[in-house]
Amino acid sequence: MKYATLNKKDLNKWLEHLKKSAKLYAPRKKENLFVFRPVKDVGDVVLEYVPTILPPKKYYFPQKEKLLKFKIEPFQTAKAIEGFEDFILFGVHTCDIAGIQCMDVVFRDGPEDPNYLNRKDKMIIIGIECLRYCDKYANCASMGNHVPRGGYDLMMVDLGEKFIIHINSEKGEKLVSKLDYIKEAAEADMNALERCREAKKKVFKEEFIGPLGKVYGVFDKSFGSDVWKDVGKKCVACGNCTAVCPTCYCFDTQDDLELSLNDGIRYRIWNSCQMDDFAKVAGGEDFRKGRDTRQRHRYYRKFKYPVDKFNRYFCTGCGRCTRTCMAGINLVETVNSLLSQETL
Amino acid sequence: MLDREILLEKMRTSPYRPMKAKIIEAEMVTEKEKFFRIQLEDKINLGHTPGQFVMVSIFGYGEAPISICSSPTDKGYFDLTVRNAGVFTNKLHTLGKGDILGIRGPFGKGFPIDNMFGYDLVIVAGGLGIVPLRSLIRYVMHNRNDFGDVQILLGCKSPKEFLFEEETKEWMKRSEIKLNCTVDRADPDWKGNVGLITTLIPGVDINPSRTYGVVVGPPIMYKFVIVKLLEKKIPDHQIIVSLERRMRCGLGKCGHCQIEGVYVCQSGPVFTYADLKNFKGECHEKAS
Repeated sequence: MKYATLNKKDLNKWLEHLKKSAKLYAPRKKENLFVFRPVKDVGDVVLEYVPTILPPKKYYFPQKEKLLKFKIEPFQTAKAIEGFEDFILFGVHTCDIAGIQCMDVVFRDGPEDPNYLNRKDKMIIIGIECLRYCDKYANCASMGNHVPRGGYDLMMVDLGEKFIIHINSEKGEKLVSKLDYIKEAAEADMNALERCREAKKKVFKEEFIGPLGKVYGVFDKSFGSDVWKDVGKKCVACGNCTAVCPTCYCFDTQDDLELSLNDGIRYRIWNSCQMDDFAKVAGGEDFRKGRDTRQRHRYYRKFKYPVDKFNRYFCTGCGRCTRTCMAGINLVETVNSLLSQETL
Repeated sequence: MLDREILLEKMRTSPYRPMKAKIIEAEMVTEKEKFFRIQLEDKINLGHTPGQFVMVSIFGYGEAPISICSSPTDKGYFDLTVRNAGVFTNKLHTLGKGDILGIRGPFGKGFPIDNMFGYDLVIVAGGLGIVPLRSLIRYVMHNRNDFGDVQILLGCKSPKEFLFEEETKEWMKRSEIKLNCTVDRADPDWKGNVGLITTLIPGVDINPSRTYGVVVGPPIMYKFVIVKLLEKKIPDHQIIVSLERRMRCGLGKCGHCQIEGVYVCQSGPVFTYADLKNFKGECHEKAS
């Protein structure tokens, strides 16, 4: 079976089924925003949502993660995490799936990161395709992430009365097989999916004023651009943009001791290149002193450096950095300023 | 070879898990720097390349990247020399002979010794730069016939900051290695040169196409020394530097050491001047 269908009235029944098969995380409302949370009541799950405050990255690259157990006297080290549990990320937008693909590339690149890879092994991704823009901040069409591009186990598309589900892996297939309410898709469903994708072409338009290839070219030439000074003047170095970014993975390590002051745990905690001491060495030199240089670094880590290294853009187009920025730094505007400077 | 396999296996199990290591010698060598001789559990050899670094762990205090200052030809142990410059190194300074540390590594790309075989070397060390360079110098001493003429230029702020004084005297005695020292500010006992290290370079006699210039020192020193070496017509890819950066993982992940698209912990800390020219502005400190 390659495509299956699920009637919307059976959605909660399926969610109950998923909840039984593994730890289930899904988007739900939190005040006027959305968050990924463990599902307690399947009725809380929402599938029409603006990207969650934090991307699901918190489940495969936690804010504070155990790296190592240690004992000072006698010197001992041990694995900090005994077993990793199976989990399902439900209702993931295609932009966030692109984010997971970026992280895969980073943590698989040698030396491999066992914590990430062990979690990734246990992860099942059930995506939901967006049929319209979540809000004005997204730039998913320019990044090509408004349509599914692999990296998931199942992908749901809303066809009105029902969802059509693309089955993309064996793990995914197991979650839809042997259920009387999930059927193989008929030809009419496939045609409906095609019409739906056609309709999307009218809805999603590239947000940047130039194609992605040109964006890369512009970044190649814009290291000294005044645009960075303008962005730097606005920036308050709070680090929100990097915390909410699905492809930001910079970290620090921290040792926490128990009261015995002999046993402890070494943690990895999220860090941000926007913090003023991020690139400072013991001798006092700071290699990215200004907020302009730190913001530039963030942008280059989305549009230039990973393209050179991994042949992938690390902006997914989710729009979170813009949505969360209290200084009003807007990614689409910044990239468009660079592009328009270029054409002057 | 077997030691390397053990180290690689440990990395595969978890690259974040330090190996147990014991301090077998410790000694303050200047007012601010302490020398440590370290032995890994089971006396495994680190098998590093001169110029590489290790992540040193003190549980409860964290981890820091430290240059290895012994040569891989010094078997059964390795040396570190550490300046007391922060919370971690302050704690490290309280440790002495018999104390236990955690070690991960070696990490990074060291000096290109394989390419340097048969070449003349001009080694320029400013301040703490002598620490990673000691690894190279000892390697050269132990493999003296593999290299041509070797000249070492050493510079410090003041005579009491000179590291490895006894060893330096030994290097000076060995006629096949030329050594020249200078200090920014002399004291009454100092009989050598006074002035910046750049003043020593014009007097150096070299055959540029057959020479590697290896420079390690504080960031401010690099541009001045590199200019002098370029004036001597040493090709860009034969001018070698080592850069210091903040590091948390050594695995090309944590992001702290990044210069533009390059992770110093993986692609460095040793770079050629030809590499540095590709950077657009983040390889040295700039005022904001």
